[in-house]
Amino acid sequence: MNHLNEEAESKPQLKLEFEIKERDFSVAGEAASKVKKTLQQLGLMPEAVRNIAIIIYEAVMNVVIHATHGQLKVIIIPEQVTVLTEDEGIGISNVELAMKEGYSTAPLEIREMGFGAGMGLPNIKQCSHKLNVKSQVGVGTVLEAIVYLSSKDRKS
Amino acid sequence: MNLRDIQRILKAEVLCGEQWLSREVKTGFGCDLMSEMLAFAGSHTLLITSLTNEHVIHTAEIMDAVGVVYVSGKQPAKEIIEKANHNNIPLLSTPFLMFECCGLLFTSGLKGCKRGNP
Ligand SMILES: Nc1ncnc2c1ncn2[C@@H]1O[C@H](COP(=O)(O)OP(=O)(O)OP(=O)(O)O)[C@@H](O)[C@H]1O
Ligand SMILES: [Mg+2]
Repeated sequence: MNHLNEEAESKPQLKLEFEIKERDFSVAGEAASKVKKTLQQLGLMPEAVRNIAIIIYEAVMNVVIHATHGQLKVIIIPEQVTVLTEDEGIGISNVELAMKEGYSTAPLEIREMGFGAGMGLPNIKQCSHKLNVKSQVGVGTVLEAIVYLSSKDRKS
Repeated sequence: MNLRDIQRILKAEVLCGEQWLSREVKTGFGCDLMSEMLAFAGSHTLLITSLTNEHVIHTAEIMDAVGVVYVSGKQPAKEIIEKANHNNIPLLSTPFLMFECCGLLFTSGLKGCKRGNP
């Protein structure tokens, strides 16, 4: 399941990568926090930073909760930030249904931790300009979300 | 309204972030679901929750929450308080239960969050 944003790959960029290990419930928060600090240092405005952090948190949490393991890549170029998660897992049989607010297959013990509202994918959609989810049942899922940066998003 | 007012109204104990209590609070959001919180993320929001795990702290950091109030006198573990402190997130604990806590803040003039219009 290889998917690369070719445009983003060919320009000068900053690339951050994180390994998402099985049942690692802390990695989402840690990755979001780390990228958030990097983007703040690059001078991005709070709203853009928050949107990107939310996308990362929700996407990585989905890999941990619903898939087995995977990878997060965050590619930063001046014009846009691309968040890419690739996982191995059960996959999503109906992506359109999964995108619906409130739809969740999260088990009880996950709900008790505060997840399973069925709002993760809708949040990602809300926070990104472009969202692409490709999934193969029994194989895995690739999620690519893009946030375009205008000059207003950059302080400097 | 600032966090100092919130603390007084809720008779809350300050678990960490005493130095940030002058922070302005514009809206409140009571919930135990992370994605719900993130869906309504806006600036100057106070999170009110009964969940004391680390995910609440991550969520508060990501959404730039002004602080977190734990209801029913709940208190997170020491490491969680340290994590919040490290991330500049003030934590309060109120003896009031969720409904009363939200009611007290609402009648004191704190507004709720609105979707897409934080
Ligand atoms: N990476 C993934 N692999 C397999 N299934 C997934 C993946 N991501 C999402 N899903 C499926 O899509 C559903 C909806 O995802 P969404 O993130 O919107 O909600 P949730 O994760 O169940 O709850 P929340 O995100 O609110 O905590 C999930 O319940 C799950 O069935
Ligand atoms: Mg989710």
